[in-house]
Amino acid sequence: MNTLEPLLAKHPFFQGLESEYLKLITGCASNIRMNAGEFLFREGEDADRFFVIREGSVKLELFSGGRGPVTIQTIPEGEIVGYSWLFPPYRWVFSGRAVTPVRLFVFDGLCLRGKCDDDPKLGYELMKRFSHVMMGRLQASRVQLLDLYQVR
Amino acid sequence: MTAVMQARLPAPARLRDPMLPSLYRLERLQWDTRDTFSMDLLPQNGADMPAFKPGQFNMVYVYGVGEIPISISGDPGRRDVLIHTTRAVGTVTRAMSEMKVGDTLGIRGPFGTAWPVDAVRKHDVVIIAGGIGLAPLRPAMYRILATREHFGRVVLLYGARTPGDVLYRRELKQWRSEFDLDVFVTVDRATGSWRGSVGLVTQLIGRAPFDPLNTVAMVCGPEVMMRFTTLELEKRGIDRNNIYISFERNMKCGVGLCGHCQFGSVFVCKEGPVLRYSQMQHLLSKWEI
Ligand SMILES: Cc1cc2nc3c(=O)[nH]c(=O)nc-3n(C[C@H](O)[C@H](O)[C@H](O)COP(=O)(O)OP(=O)(O)OC[C@H]3O[C@@H](n4cnc5c(N)ncnc54)[C@H](O)[C@@H]3O)c2cc1C
Ligand code: FES
Repeated sequence: MNTLEPLLAKHPFFQGLESEYLKLITGCASNIRMNAGEFLFREGEDADRFFVIREGSVKLELFSGGRGPVTIQTIPEGEIVGYSWLFPPYRWVFSGRAVTPVRLFVFDGLCLRGKCDDDPKLGYELMKRFSHVMMGRLQASRVQLLDLYQVR
Repeated sequence: MTAVMQARLPAPARLRDPMLPSLYRLERLQWDTRDTFSMDLLPQNGADMPAFKPGQFNMVYVYGVGEIPISISGDPGRRDVLIHTTRAVGTVTRAMSEMKVGDTLGIRGPFGTAWPVDAVRKHDVVIIAGGIGLAPLRPAMYRILATREHFGRVVLLYGARTPGDVLYRRELKQWRSEFDLDVFVTVDRATGSWRGSVGLVTQLIGRAPFDPLNTVAMVCGPEVMMRFTTLELEKRGIDRNNIYISFERNMKCGVGLCGHCQFGSVFVCKEGPVLRYSQMQHLLSKWEI
């Protein structure tokens, strides 16, 4: 058994995933560490991975001329980072950077897309999980847009 | 009633006219952020400082300008100073911000309901504040910390607009360093050196360390924030009867006489501002009442 499998099984993002699928996707995963300040990925580069945070937190940044890097959101332990590997043109729209030292699972997007294409049930299962995360973040961004704490 | 029993009764308290402000002197005005300041006030003419409960408010009268409700933000265990934290947004609050040490203003109160701090001992407590909403919750934090051993886990989740808008930084830092408190701060937007969390305060709820089946939540902030917060708390499994929120409505009398603060069937000045979410839930998502 790949040693990552039991670790993945415990992660909230994969909880309840059938063990046969867990085994399949473990083949596309590796375990990495990064230091605070290191980039997981940079805006504009090819998006061929996604990350699952085991420990630490990551921020999504957008570079804005004159203001420098603006943090859009920080993503804590237990969450996932990166959807751009799912959709053409497979390019990062934001940069992802470690806020603290982080431990991550990194998934090879090409490998995972291949497995999802081969087995639509796995694809659907993963897509449901990604959609759930995306919906949460979309709702949060919409509320953020209201600039709630501004004087009415 | 027997004479003995009568003798034991305290002398009837002199009833104060709740519409009559007492004079308070400004002892100190300190800017907490770019637009929010705290005032230390002392009663004049030898008057006693009234006791208050966490979450209660005073009607603050700036002579010649107007009167507004402001929560008490100090420590309910201290009777030597009255503290109000106010955001300068309009006529009265700006006039307050321009006052000088030694100036006087009028205070009526304390009024309204309180956070049920003493009633929820043995529970985990999660306090969730947005923006200036931390001011009415700070007295609840003080009260909990003064009797810390009676509570389970205590979590404070605080959201502000930018790092520069974070209130009570020094205290937050101190609370954060306590072993038996979990304090998480997040901002809506940040540049440069901010190493904390960026995102909505609601996003902190999912992973906050408390047992939803034995937790009481106290929430104060803009109404939309409270709406999303209560949703998230319910998702985490907290019973809506265990969620308390503090409401803001325009007020005139502050004592349930004029109807100015009416929200649905509730007079917020008297039955609130702290109310059970289960009682107000049907009104929270209404556009206009
Ligand atoms: C029970 C209760 C407790 C309160 N506690 C506090 C407190 O501790 N600290 C505090 O700063 N405020 C508190 N408020 C809100 C405070 O009463 C108002 O900010 C105040 O009445 C505004 O008066 P003003 O004359 O300065 O502004 P106005 O001249 O009446 O209004 C000027 C502008 O400010 C906007 N505005 C008014 N009120 C608010 C508000 N609450 N938030 C954002 N924008 C507003 C108006 O829409 C308008 O655009 C509390 C309100 C209630 C009901
Ligand atoms: S403010 Fe007058 S009834 Fe509430």
